[in-house]
Amino acid sequence: MSELSLERGLAALRAEIDAPVAAFFSSCVRCGLCAQSCPFYLETGDPRYTPILKLEPLRRVWEAEFTLWGRIKRWLGLGQEVSDAMLAEWEPLLYDSCTMCGRCSMVCPVGNDLAYMIRKTREGMVQSGHAPEGLVAASVRAIQTGSPMGLQWKTLAVQIQHVERSTGLTVPVDRAGAEYLVMLSSMEIINFPEYLEAITRIFDHAGVRWTLSTQCFEATNAGIQIGSKDIAAELVERVVAAASALGVSRVISPECGHAFTAIRWEGPNLIGRPYPFRVFHIIEVLDELRRDGRLHTEGKEADRLSMHDPCNLARKSGVIGEQRALMGLVAENFVDLDEHGRFQWCCGAGGGVSSNERAEPLKLAAFKRKKAQIEAVEPERMVTMCATCRTQLEEGLEEFNMDIPVVGLTEMIAEHLVERPAVEPEAGTESGQPA
Amino acid sequence: MNGAMEFLLWTKGPMFQIALGIFAVGMLARLFEILLLGRATNHAEARAGEWLPGLRTVFTRTIPDPGTFRRAPFDVLVGWVWHLGFIIVLLLSVPHVELIAGVFGVSWPALPNPVIDLLTAITLAGLVAALLHRLLHPVKRRISIPQDYLVWALTFAVVLTGYLAYHRLVEPYPLALGMHILSAELLLICLPFTKLTHIFTTVFARWYNGAAFGRKGVRS
Amino acid sequence: MAASQTLAEQLRAQGVSRRGFLKFCAATASLMALPPSLIPRIAEALEAARRPSVIWLSFQECTGCTESLTRSHAPTLEGLIFEAISLDYHHTLQAASGEAAEAARLQAMRDNAGAYLVVVDGSIPGPEANPGYSTVAGHSNHAILMETVEHAAAVIAVGTCAAFGGLPRAAPNPTGARAVMELVHDKPIVNISGCPPIPMAITGVLAHYLTFGRLPELDAYRRPLAFFGESIHDRCYRRPFYDRGLFAESFDDEGARQGWCLYRLGCKGPTTYNACATQRWNGGTSWPIEAGHPCLGCSEPAFWDAGGFYRAVSVPPRVNAAALLGAGAAGAALGAGTALAARHLTRDEQQHREPVTVEELEKKL
Repeated sequence: MSELSLERGLAALRAEIDAPVAAFFSSCVRCGLCAQSCPFYLETGDPRYTPILKLEPLRRVWEAEFTLWGRIKRWLGLGQEVSDAMLAEWEPLLYDSCTMCGRCSMVCPVGNDLAYMIRKTREGMVQSGHAPEGLVAASVRAIQTGSPMGLQWKTLAVQIQHVERSTGLTVPVDRAGAEYLVMLSSMEIINFPEYLEAITRIFDHAGVRWTLSTQCFEATNAGIQIGSKDIAAELVERVVAAASALGVSRVISPECGHAFTAIRWEGPNLIGRPYPFRVFHIIEVLDELRRDGRLHTEGKEADRLSMHDPCNLARKSGVIGEQRALMGLVAENFVDLDEHGRFQWCCGAGGGVSSNERAEPLKLAAFKRKKAQIEAVEPERMVTMCATCRTQLEEGLEEFNMDIPVVGLTEMIAEHLVERPAVEPEAGTESGQPA
Repeated sequence: MNGAMEFLLWTKGPMFQIALGIFAVGMLARLFEILLLGRATNHAEARAGEWLPGLRTVFTRTIPDPGTFRRAPFDVLVGWVWHLGFIIVLLLSVPHVELIAGVFGVSWPALPNPVIDLLTAITLAGLVAALLHRLLHPVKRRISIPQDYLVWALTFAVVLTGYLAYHRLVEPYPLALGMHILSAELLLICLPFTKLTHIFTTVFARWYNGAAFGRKGVRS
Repeated sequence: MAASQTLAEQLRAQGVSRRGFLKFCAATASLMALPPSLIPRIAEALEAARRPSVIWLSFQECTGCTESLTRSHAPTLEGLIFEAISLDYHHTLQAASGEAAEAARLQAMRDNAGAYLVVVDGSIPGPEANPGYSTVAGHSNHAILMETVEHAAAVIAVGTCAAFGGLPRAAPNPTGARAVMELVHDKPIVNISGCPPIPMAITGVLAHYLTFGRLPELDAYRRPLAFFGESIHDRCYRRPFYDRGLFAESFDDEGARQGWCLYRLGCKGPTTYNACATQRWNGGTSWPIEAGHPCLGCSEPAFWDAGGFYRAVSVPPRVNAAALLGAGAAGAALGAGTALAARHLTRDEQQHREPVTVEELEKKL
């Protein structure tokens, strides 16, 4: 039976090298400014966590095989080999101390997209058998059970019952011909069931035709985090199959950062073809409803609120203005963190770090950057729109005894909906009906 | 006859041809080996185009974001000072303007010698500061490889010999000028095989970065 | 002229006063950058000096050097010093011709063996060149030179052709021209370069030899430091314009009229070591830069091949555009080859690529 090996790892790294990677490595002057954008370096002071250093295995493969000079050097016996031991040494650098937040990609003076290359390097790490246990386990569970946490539809069905009972609305399931297929993340289902309740209310309010799918409800993608296009592609295919089966024209990614980039940006390339539907983050959908005048809210939160932009949503997907526009709808005392939007700081948990038990201490260390940002603004509550970020913020703030609750933006919108909106005729027939 | 004048004429003549030749071979090889790799087709629905955001980033990445400047003002300032000094002296000093006009036939106004002199001194100071920073800063020290010090030495030698020649601090002058030209030629020869390639590839790196982010609707 | 007469006797015979003679000695001292305390010694030495025999050999030359020396206005120091030597052989100046002339040379060599000076102007087709390129009385320049210098006390190469090969040696050097110092290795040699050299440099060296019985201090190119110790640029009266960055950019622009620096018009002053800026020409009337023309660098080796006269010092002589294009094309091909080889390898590998499977991952747990 086949086995993960160094040879496969090196072949995978070679396969990942393209013109941008070659241009990036050709341009690096080792100025080290990328370290100044990395929470893992800044909060530990350990120069090993300099982003460009994490890419050394990929850089060596590029130099040895993809440059004339590197080939000459190798021929002269001066080349630097990538060994199994090296990859083992680099595993914590590539997984434990990097959330692929992409902040270094925004800061590098020569324009190197380091996060792009970290993602590529992880392909080689998986193929060579150097991925962290936590991520391997999550990937296996995701493929075998459909959820990285091993969650089954029956658990979701219980949540649906709760939601229907508390809202008096119907949660549409497997409704063919709906406009939107709503995807969820296991973490939301377990930790933040209020999310499902909130979108049920909002979509009913706005008259959105939507549905869940029993065939596939999980949008997170452990394959993206571990860095295996094989695993990732299979998980994406499940979403595509579910969406195609129900004939929806739009798929909504949950409040989960990497799930969104996985299905929005990587998915079509993983499966090698464009989708027959469009993909939106729930925040994009809500803002579209707001712009179309389909969200009627009343009252505003009076306390001082600030917001954490998930890296995958803001910096890596360009959703920055939308959440602020929505905040304007429901909050009157909103203040942004100093560096936000495309220059926000990662919470420290993304990119698979939260699934990697070994990385716990680093995850908490990286959070200190976020903590400092929050302390500077002194909000009474934090708002965010990613289950992983939200969990990290809650755990981190608790660790440092900061009494700042964290809320999801979607729930906050739902709480301010006008009770009896003028329901359009079409919406009344298609969305959930009052019991 | 093997005197200073013959040395100068050798650096201006055969060595200049050799350096230009090696540079042309090496740099075109590097550019082709990068660009011919290409990129995979992107099937994801684009939020915006690639060309304009890419071009935008080619320029905007020259100036750091305010946060980075706050966290690493020394890096930014020293980097800026010596790069700017080097580029201005390279392109706007009278002998260099004449060299470019003589070789390429294009010409532009030059800066007065005292200004160039001052900029050269500042550039030298900036390079010394950059070296000290590389030796002392934990990140820079950790990620530096011998090549970084070689490239620094080559760059410093070019500026220093230029300064010495201008001030005629080395006698005879043909020796001083020859040393300056030779060190510039060594820099040119090493350029395609070291990180000095960034002089040409940064444009592509920034473009790819700006294009990738721009496609997703993010200004990078 | 009697070789036995001392210089003092010679000068008195010509009616030069003691005061005039001392003035000459002071001028010689300052010319040669010697301290004033040496003036009495110069006077004493010159007064007692016997006129040395000088054999002047002219090879591949234009006679410009001789013109420079003789066309100076009388009465001049160089005129005076000329009276102080016994010029026993000089194509242009001697009265004798044909076999008589050659006989005079041989006679001088015999009479003054080991003591005579050889002055050479013009370059010499080297021993490997066709001896017929330049002959005198049927003998090749090379043969005459080697024969004449054999018992010489010293050799003075006058002019850039003799000192460095000059114009005849310019690429492609069809006559195989060589400088004196490339051919003569066992005699003291002084190069007084310049096209032509400054007359005072020639007389200064002779005065020094007469005074001290040895040649003056020389630079790396065996040029007397007293005349070639400083560059034109360093002593140029237009230097302040260079320092301020004020340049003439064409021969009739405002800068040229204002007398600004001629660097951009190709002045080789920065790389040229000579005394034009201090001695000037034609009895101190003017010199090329003062006349508005850039220095050509005529006193430097290879000045004909050092790039265009009207191109700045920083400009390389020529760029082989075709070779450069070829190199670029070769580089492009090599780069393309590297990229395609790498692409080929990865494509092959991708065809046999093993996807990551759950089973493989499970084994890692």
